[in-house]
Amino acid sequence: MTGEIASTTGAALPQHEPKNYLNAAWTVRSWLLTVDHKRIGLLYLAGISFFFLLGGAAAVVFRLELMTPQGDLVEAETYNKLFTLHGIIMIFFFLVPGIPGVLGNFLVPIMIGARDMAFPKLNLMSWYLFMIGGCFTLYVTISGGVDTGWTFYTPYSSTYSNTYVMATAVGIFITGFSSILTGLNFIVTVHKMRCPGMTWFRLPLFIWANYATALIMVLGTPVLAITILLVALERGLGIGIFDPRLGGDPVLFQHLFWFYSHPAVYIMVLPAMGVISELVAAFSRNRVFGYKLVAFASLAIAVLGFLVWGHHMFVSGQSLYAGMVFSVLSMLIAIPSAIKVFNWALTLWRGEITFHTPLLYALGFLGLFTIGGLTGLFLATLGVDVHVHDTYFVVAHFHYVMVGGTVMAYLGGIHYWWPKMTGRMYPEGWARFSAVLVFVGFNLTFFPQFILGYLGMPRRYHVYDEGFQVLNVMSSAGASILGIAYLFPITYLIWSLKYGEKASANPWNAVGLEWMTPSPPPTENFTETPIVDFEAYEYHRNPADAHG
Amino acid sequence: MNTEFQIFPDAASTAAGQVDALYLFLVVLSVVLSAFVAGLITYLAIHYRRANKVNREYVDHGNTIEFMAMAISFPILMGIFLWGAKVCFFLFRAPEHAMPITVVAKQWMWKFQHADGRREIDTLHIPTGQPVKLTMVSQDVIHSFFVPAFRTKQDVLPGRYTSTWFEATEPGEYRLYCAEYCGTNHSRMIGRVIVQSPDDFARWMSGDAASDEPPAETGRKLFEQYQCGTCHRPANEEGARGPTLEGLFQSRVPLAGGQTVAADETYIRESILRPAQKQVAGYQQIMPTYEGQISEEGVMHLIAYIKTLGAPAATSSAAAAAGGQPATPVAEPAAPASQDNAANETEGNTP
Repeated sequence: MTGEIASTTGAALPQHEPKNYLNAAWTVRSWLLTVDHKRIGLLYLAGISFFFLLGGAAAVVFRLELMTPQGDLVEAETYNKLFTLHGIIMIFFFLVPGIPGVLGNFLVPIMIGARDMAFPKLNLMSWYLFMIGGCFTLYVTISGGVDTGWTFYTPYSSTYSNTYVMATAVGIFITGFSSILTGLNFIVTVHKMRCPGMTWFRLPLFIWANYATALIMVLGTPVLAITILLVALERGLGIGIFDPRLGGDPVLFQHLFWFYSHPAVYIMVLPAMGVISELVAAFSRNRVFGYKLVAFASLAIAVLGFLVWGHHMFVSGQSLYAGMVFSVLSMLIAIPSAIKVFNWALTLWRGEITFHTPLLYALGFLGLFTIGGLTGLFLATLGVDVHVHDTYFVVAHFHYVMVGGTVMAYLGGIHYWWPKMTGRMYPEGWARFSAVLVFVGFNLTFFPQFILGYLGMPRRYHVYDEGFQVLNVMSSAGASILGIAYLFPITYLIWSLKYGEKASANPWNAVGLEWMTPSPPPTENFTETPIVDFEAYEYHRNPADAHG
Repeated sequence: MNTEFQIFPDAASTAAGQVDALYLFLVVLSVVLSAFVAGLITYLAIHYRRANKVNREYVDHGNTIEFMAMAISFPILMGIFLWGAKVCFFLFRAPEHAMPITVVAKQWMWKFQHADGRREIDTLHIPTGQPVKLTMVSQDVIHSFFVPAFRTKQDVLPGRYTSTWFEATEPGEYRLYCAEYCGTNHSRMIGRVIVQSPDDFARWMSGDAASDEPPAETGRKLFEQYQCGTCHRPANEEGARGPTLEGLFQSRVPLAGGQTVAADETYIRESILRPAQKQVAGYQQIMPTYEGQISEEGVMHLIAYIKTLGAPAATSSAAAAAGGQPATPVAEPAAPASQDNAANETEGNTP
């Protein structure tokens, strides 16, 4: 360990209540008008937790509905509105902004030794756009409801649906700008704000992952914004873009929509991969195996992610040859993903492993992501996808990748950096118990859905054949466990704010600039600008061997 | 039908075995790889936990392992791709002699019509051992025709024909689902496919409800009713203000813009409903639009009638002559290509 900085900042912590970003000012105004990226991260934490609970509640209700095949708990229309609410909230207001908004905002400047983001006011503005868009969408979905599904397929959404599509679209449009601004801020910050000595290949992999994500956000989100706007225009003014009766093309919407929404999957999962790299390295006290390739794999995934949208459309009437091109490209994306999984696994090799909660989440992530990735192969394979497309197989697959991947990493990351963010430790026993519960609940919920999908149960079905009931009951039981499992961290983390053990600057004895400043950090992150003369994850007992 | 607990669906078509074989291969591959990853992680996590006294010396390993992983995975992935593409070609290319059935989907029902005119709603009778080709269109939103026991699925679009085919192997009753979310009663847009032995099917076809006339015959009456023949006649006849329809189907039509288009069902449908969209070279745009005046079934009937007006091989020279001098060389008839969905992609791309 090259502890020059650690000795000047970490060890020099005074024991009485020091000035930090949390107690620097106490007024509501100081929070709502803050330009401190750490406070903005916490503002995101509050907003995103709220949306997560809401989206989760919707899921619990319709999973209860699906306990029986008849559709006796809620009406068809309500059911459709519930899964739409669940999809829109979870994707646009939890999975996409979750890790970049909370952990990215909090950590990106600290990890690269900067005092703040490149554009602090823009950063605050993106939180406001997120909240305005979110509350607007929420108001619409609760007061009137939307029943199009989060995918808004035309011409159902543009012409036939009698629900509040246009207002919802405006909400998502606004939120899209939040995503664009966040991405822009990350890119400029990583390029321009790195402290002396922080070269590109000394960056923590969390930074690489967020950088790759930011590229997708900036390049992809405008396409979604325009597409959603076109749907609103067609609804409002009858311009023929997607409805064939008006001379439009219904499949055009799918091309535009998936051109954003497939890369969006990587907006969700790349930051998660970044978190996992940090967790695995810290709790095996090892440099991430194949550091450079993991970094490049992030970029490869970001680039390839833009070339595979057509695999959502193998049965849409798209030509067979287009389908073949998209199938090949989708296969290729498996390679960087597989490399990452092996590299995380091999990071454990010759490590010094301690099973704290964040590592449990990281190992859980590896399990779920492996299953999600492998089942992605089924969907990229033309002949098999035709049968399982739009069935529960797809539902299970994307929950494993997006939800399994992102939520495990999000929770793991929150636990890992909780002491840094709040200055308090969480209760380890409860946390381990809930990590295991989340893993069990998740698998019980979604694994049966693979079988349901191959059996042929289409997604978005309010009533279904009796033959599907046993597996649906298993899935609903799992969802109940998962729902309860999510309540544990929320409860004990709030509890820990008052009663948790006080955290030292570096409770995990981890390396990385964020552990070389007090917990919680001062407003300016570091009392003096750090100078980096060590590689990322320089855990090794014999630093002379670690270079190379 | 799915009333009892199963973990594997019924298999009742010639495609089912092929899809299942590929699926089971992927399942085995996934299980092996997951077990490998899980085993590796478990072993490493336990072996190198802090309490154990083991060698933790740092070793620089280069990137050998990653490149090996790439070298091994790439051919496997390409193999899976090729296998999948092969199955997919089988799924999407109907045999020439397939029995034609038309399908109109709407919120929330399936309407079928057999070649002899017999109509069915939400129930489709087909025989075993006979390929069946469905030509499908939607009256409103996007639906998707999905029979799990046949392992095939195809979206049903408004404004454009798509097709699917299958050859049933096992008599029985199989669920037909709408797989594309289509609104409030999406999950109730359920039908059944009744597969019968050829004898039973023949008996059913000759049964009491055989009063519906063949689609081509209805189409002929519509053709007369709308007086299409006043304009659409061979170029040397008087009053021939529109191109002749003799031999039109599956020929290549030169357009006013200089492109050529394959005269498949979608093109003919579009020309009836929005004639100005793809104006044939050498003719004035004088045909009125029939948008909103003919039902989807009516259009299908007209197409069925136009199909009876000769194949392109016999009359293609006449058709080309009738169409005036094409600005570009007319490509050979695209009969095989128009069997699949690729036909729509060729519009305007012919040199």
